[in-house]
Amino acid sequence: MKGAWFQGLRQRLFATPVDAAITLVCLYIVWCIAVPLVQWALLDATWNGTSREACKADGACWVFIRARFGQFMYGQYPDPQRWRVDLVAGLCVAAGLVLSWRGLPQRGRVTIATAIVVPVLGILLLHGSWGTGLSLVETREWGGLMLTVFITIYAGLVAVPLGILLALGRRSRLPLIRFFSVVFIEFWRGVPIITVIFLASLLLPLIMPAGFDVDRLARAIVGLAFVIAAYMAEAVRGGLQALPEGQAEAAQALGLGYWRIQRMIVLPQALRIALPAMTNEFIALFKNTTLVLIVSLFDLLGIAQAALADPAWVGMNMEAYVFAGAIYWFTCFAMSQWSRRREKRLQAAYGR
Amino acid sequence: MLTFLRDRKVRDILWQVAATVLMVAVIWFFVQNASENMVKAGIASGFRFLWRDSGIEVPFNITGYKPSDNLLALLWTGIVNTLLVSAASIVVATVIGFTVGLLRLSHNWLLSTLAGFYIEFVRNIPLLFFVLFWYFGVLAALPMPRGSYDLLGAIFLNRRGLSLPTPNDVTGLRLALLVIVLLVAAQYGLARWARARQARTGRDFPVWPVGFVLCGALPLAALVAGGMTTTWDMPVLRGFNYRGGFVLVPEFVALFAALSTYTAGFIAEVVRGGIQSVRQGQIDAARALGLSQGRIVRLVVIPQAMPVIIPPITSQYLNLIKNSSFGAAIAYPEIVAVFMGSALVSTGQSIEIIAITLAIYLVLSLAVSVFMNWYNARHRLVVR
Repeated sequence: MKGAWFQGLRQRLFATPVDAAITLVCLYIVWCIAVPLVQWALLDATWNGTSREACKADGACWVFIRARFGQFMYGQYPDPQRWRVDLVAGLCVAAGLVLSWRGLPQRGRVTIATAIVVPVLGILLLHGSWGTGLSLVETREWGGLMLTVFITIYAGLVAVPLGILLALGRRSRLPLIRFFSVVFIEFWRGVPIITVIFLASLLLPLIMPAGFDVDRLARAIVGLAFVIAAYMAEAVRGGLQALPEGQAEAAQALGLGYWRIQRMIVLPQALRIALPAMTNEFIALFKNTTLVLIVSLFDLLGIAQAALADPAWVGMNMEAYVFAGAIYWFTCFAMSQWSRRREKRLQAAYGR
Repeated sequence: MLTFLRDRKVRDILWQVAATVLMVAVIWFFVQNASENMVKAGIASGFRFLWRDSGIEVPFNITGYKPSDNLLALLWTGIVNTLLVSAASIVVATVIGFTVGLLRLSHNWLLSTLAGFYIEFVRNIPLLFFVLFWYFGVLAALPMPRGSYDLLGAIFLNRRGLSLPTPNDVTGLRLALLVIVLLVAAQYGLARWARARQARTGRDFPVWPVGFVLCGALPLAALVAGGMTTTWDMPVLRGFNYRGGFVLVPEFVALFAALSTYTAGFIAEVVRGGIQSVRQGQIDAARALGLSQGRIVRLVVIPQAMPVIIPPITSQYLNLIKNSSFGAAIAYPEIVAVFMGSALVSTGQSIEIIAITLAIYLVLSLAVSVFMNWYNARHRLVVR
């Protein structure tokens, strides 16, 4: 057993002298990067304390993150009201758990109902006022990770249905519908997201009737949602194209109408194929929420950036970046692993 | 009563009419509101403002732009800056991307794992993070000019940017360039001749080693010779800063570093996927024919992998050009920062400026997708 392990190691790392040299060089590089990093982040780091003075000179000052943890999570959301954010987060997790239960009866309908009810409840709880009896918390006070997740979910909720419709439109028999869909998709895919967020924040107030004020956060979400919908549409189109023509034709022969064919035959199969690509777009959306910084909304990265300007905590750039970067990395990595696992499971189940 | 609705043709027309009417109504509604709001705000529409003096300072430009120039010149400066950072990043991203993608496929477990780490690290973090990180985390932590890092005593890196020497006279370098063009042409001719002879007589010619000399060593020698005969304007430390030569501002360096390393992660995945799409049987068959390892790669793997690699890599290039707009976050003067930012604030012509900016990016995207369609059409014919 031990011999085989040793053999494997030798084959994979020291097969030839050149290979051995490469391995040693790699090990040296890893050593050069890992040792100072571990020293800085763990061994020499300071974990406890209340102010900058508690920190040692040549290690990470995690005290800074602890002191500002609330801001990183909730932005300027008033302290006594933060339970509302926690409640909404709990609600979302609960909804996710219920929907991932495989034995759920009436799954499609429950999903759609949840996708409508939970977001509405979420906005009511977070924003307050509007007859809920909760105190008003304006969107400009929202921030941190909470804002990042909020934008991702709400932009996604607009982008996924819109993307599906656009994908169907692009493959429609009707030339005009096809034309509108193609123009919409190619337009939003052709311009940088940053310009779209600018555009939404400048133009939305201009093209709405006078006196109709669009919230700044809503503008950013609309802008992001349109772009992601266009990308989502291309992901879904990939799934639609992978589906054999015969599926829709057979359904037509049974006398089903267009919408029923799409709803009962085509989409359930096409979306399953398109899921990995759609997850990728979702990851891209999560990463691109950082761009709301441009219109002075402070999401996780924005809050980290703003924290650097605090005179009480000068020189904490690395700590703030490492913390924010780690959250982004783990979230995106988890999403992509989830989609990879699912893809494998489906491949096994369908023998593709 | 409504039996005519059961006719498919009638229904098709009705659907399309409904969609068109809806579109026109929505657009009309928006335009109507916009013109009303603009009248109220006292904004005059039209593109005449482009010929007004800009009065906007652009700290980094190679177009010779001055604040007394008009807004059109400002826009042009923005476009040049966008293309400058994009071109530099595309070259470096391609080099890193191909290297990492190939390393990912290495037989050496440690090497391929490290390449995998790089790819997963870069792809799962927002680009804006890297841009800010390079700018505020790395470049802001560099030493002041007095303690610059220097390379060969000619290139200096410090908090104020990267100082490079510039040639005072370009004749020598032009000559070197001419020599290089001639050498590449010679190599091309030689390769054609060698292939023809190989087909005719079966005799081999060492095209690659000769090419290495013709297109690698000799051009380098020409460049060095050209550089030796030229006088250079060297950056020299005077007082608190370097004078002379050309300074790449830290905004450029940060955006360039972020764009090239980030996009490289995506290119690496494309390259890996392209090479893995060549079936093992193809390689086995080539080996059975007795082809050498180098020839298998050159004649069997690359020709089949390239059609798979090129289309997604082109869209990565396009993404990179679009992503250069992230420079606006650190005030690198590219299109979005100077035009959608400064020019819009100073003139207030939001609709026109947004339209121009979007049009520029759309033209770029359109050009790339036209190329992609052309490439795909050309290569579909060759497929087995």
